[in-house]
Amino acid sequence: MSQSASPAPTPAEPGRLAIEARNVVKAFGQGEGEVRALNDVSVEIRQGEFFTLLGPSGCGKTTLLRLIAGFEMPTDGTILLDGQDITYLPPNKRPVNTVFQSYALFPHLTVAQNVAFGLQMQGKPAAEVKETTARMLALVKLDAMATRKTSQLSGGQQQRVALARALAPKPKVLLLDEPLSALDLKLRKEMQVELKRLQHETGITFIFVTHDQEEALTMSDRIGVMSAGKLQQVGTPREIYTRPVNRFVASFIGDTNFLTGSSAPGGVRLPSGALIEAAVTRPGAVTLAVRPEHVRIEAADSPGAMPATVKGAVYFGTDMNYQLALADGSEIEACVVSGVTGEMALNPGEKVGIRFAPGAVQVLED
Amino acid sequence: MSPAEKAQGARTIRNAWLLSAPALILLTVAAAGPLLIVLVYSFLLKGQYGNVEWGFSLDGWRGILFTKDIFDDTMVLADAHLTIFWRSVKLSILTTLITFVVGFPTAWFIATRPPKARALWLFLITIPFWTNLLIRTYAINEVLRKEGLVNAVLLKLGVIEVPLDMLYGPFAIFVGMTYVYLPLMVLPLFAAIDRFDMRLLEAGYDLYASRLQVLRRVILPIVKPGIVAGSILVFVPSLGAYVTPRVLGGGKQMMIGNFIELQFGQGRNWPLGSALSMALLVVVMVALLIYVRFANRENAHG
Repeated sequence: MSQSASPAPTPAEPGRLAIEARNVVKAFGQGEGEVRALNDVSVEIRQGEFFTLLGPSGCGKTTLLRLIAGFEMPTDGTILLDGQDITYLPPNKRPVNTVFQSYALFPHLTVAQNVAFGLQMQGKPAAEVKETTARMLALVKLDAMATRKTSQLSGGQQQRVALARALAPKPKVLLLDEPLSALDLKLRKEMQVELKRLQHETGITFIFVTHDQEEALTMSDRIGVMSAGKLQQVGTPREIYTRPVNRFVASFIGDTNFLTGSSAPGGVRLPSGALIEAAVTRPGAVTLAVRPEHVRIEAADSPGAMPATVKGAVYFGTDMNYQLALADGSEIEACVVSGVTGEMALNPGEKVGIRFAPGAVQVLED
Repeated sequence: MSPAEKAQGARTIRNAWLLSAPALILLTVAAAGPLLIVLVYSFLLKGQYGNVEWGFSLDGWRGILFTKDIFDDTMVLADAHLTIFWRSVKLSILTTLITFVVGFPTAWFIATRPPKARALWLFLITIPFWTNLLIRTYAINEVLRKEGLVNAVLLKLGVIEVPLDMLYGPFAIFVGMTYVYLPLMVLPLFAAIDRFDMRLLEAGYDLYASRLQVLRRVILPIVKPGIVAGSILVFVPSLGAYVTPRVLGGGKQMMIGNFIELQFGQGRNWPLGSALSMALLVVVMVALLIYVRFANRENAHG
């Protein structure tokens, strides 16, 4: 097919931005009943990256996606695509395609006709439509199903048709609105791998919306964590997990212990009197986050360890979870890899000492 | 299957027949019976003062297309009959088209209201059914006549100086037919649009379709069963309509329905009336078969 007619995929240019949202506000309703689904959100999504918007339902992630797709217009702010203002461009004029949560396949068309739809609407010549459709069906491994009606397909197959249909017109950005939520666990794992492969092969920028933190961590190049209409933190999965900036991010992704103390020279003083080494920049009350797997359990008389009491233990197979209480009564969870023989079996009531892994303590903004 | 199960199955089938017997008997007696009588009558001789005389004759059927010249008894093509037939078909097609054009946005509007409002709108659509057809037709007469509502308003507003002569002609019949048959188009369309997944609209726009393309390539093909049902419900009765053309056409615009009625009344030619009725039935059935086949074939090929 002719390469000239295809603006995308531009082979990933890491420097350039695919999507840029500037101070985007989206309000529903008016006056008293006004709800801000998005409240001053700014985000930069780079070309060729797999970007995930992660957050609980109602956090505004889907609204942001719909603004990028053009189904909704923002109340305020600007959205740029490839540096061009597309804020008020109708969806059929944007080189952006969506994989809908419900797939939204056309029931009156066959699999191949569904995939060809976007190309036909773009006015591509018939030969090119046919060729691209066949290539897309091969890409999602559905060549054998081309003449079937979509209602005759399984959920996973419908998902692939939706993907092929959205990828066929070679969008600059592919938007995926919780596309895996309707699939069972096994299929979901398969599709996660599949999506990564497709993104790699096509080089198209993916913006993926999910509420599943594990999905976000395993698939994304970068994650934007959203809550209450605001972008809380943007970073790589590792950054998000190990360096959460606030309480919301720390608790939404993985399990976390929160400890409150006060700023002291050299770190944070806990109510129990223990001093935790941490880089604190401001005085007053400070919240610390420590992942359970970074809590080390030692003997009660271990020098420098904080005294604690075992409250309970839960066996998870690969690891053990211990509920511990510090001297001041505050609770803390520790996760320990359970050995082959379970040599560290602690009983409730036992006195132990705990210590945090070096560099594992994160000082939160709130 | 065990013998007991077999007996159980047989009993279920017998009960099903027994329960549907009243409806089947009624349908046979009330629908097939009269049709059979009409069919038989169409092959009989016409009586002197209406009615029929027993004796086989094809005069009734011949009379559909040919008429006996009163001077020399030769058969000439009855072009008046064909004119009437063509006028009826034209009116029915036009009525079907305009009820679709008017009914589709109406049905779309109703189907996209919140559920509570939807029930109210549907209720409003069915209000005309509460009144007898004849009375409704006279109501249209009242609206359209020289001293009627439309003229009064237009005169008052100064849009026109002389009352418009709208009544007793093709226009009045057309307005009346559209009004009478509109609900029959709206209801099946509503049922189809109500089932339509509105998320497909976004999918269409997302894939570069304009509003018109979404309508043509997504909405219309999917709600096609509703369009087919509505068209049949409007086309068939309007082909046989005779109250509306009579009251609003002032007798100047004879339709097939009026023509058939004439044969059983002043015409005193029951065999011709019967033959015309059967011919109309056959034409409608053939037209429907072609229409449905056509609609389905389009569907299969997308």
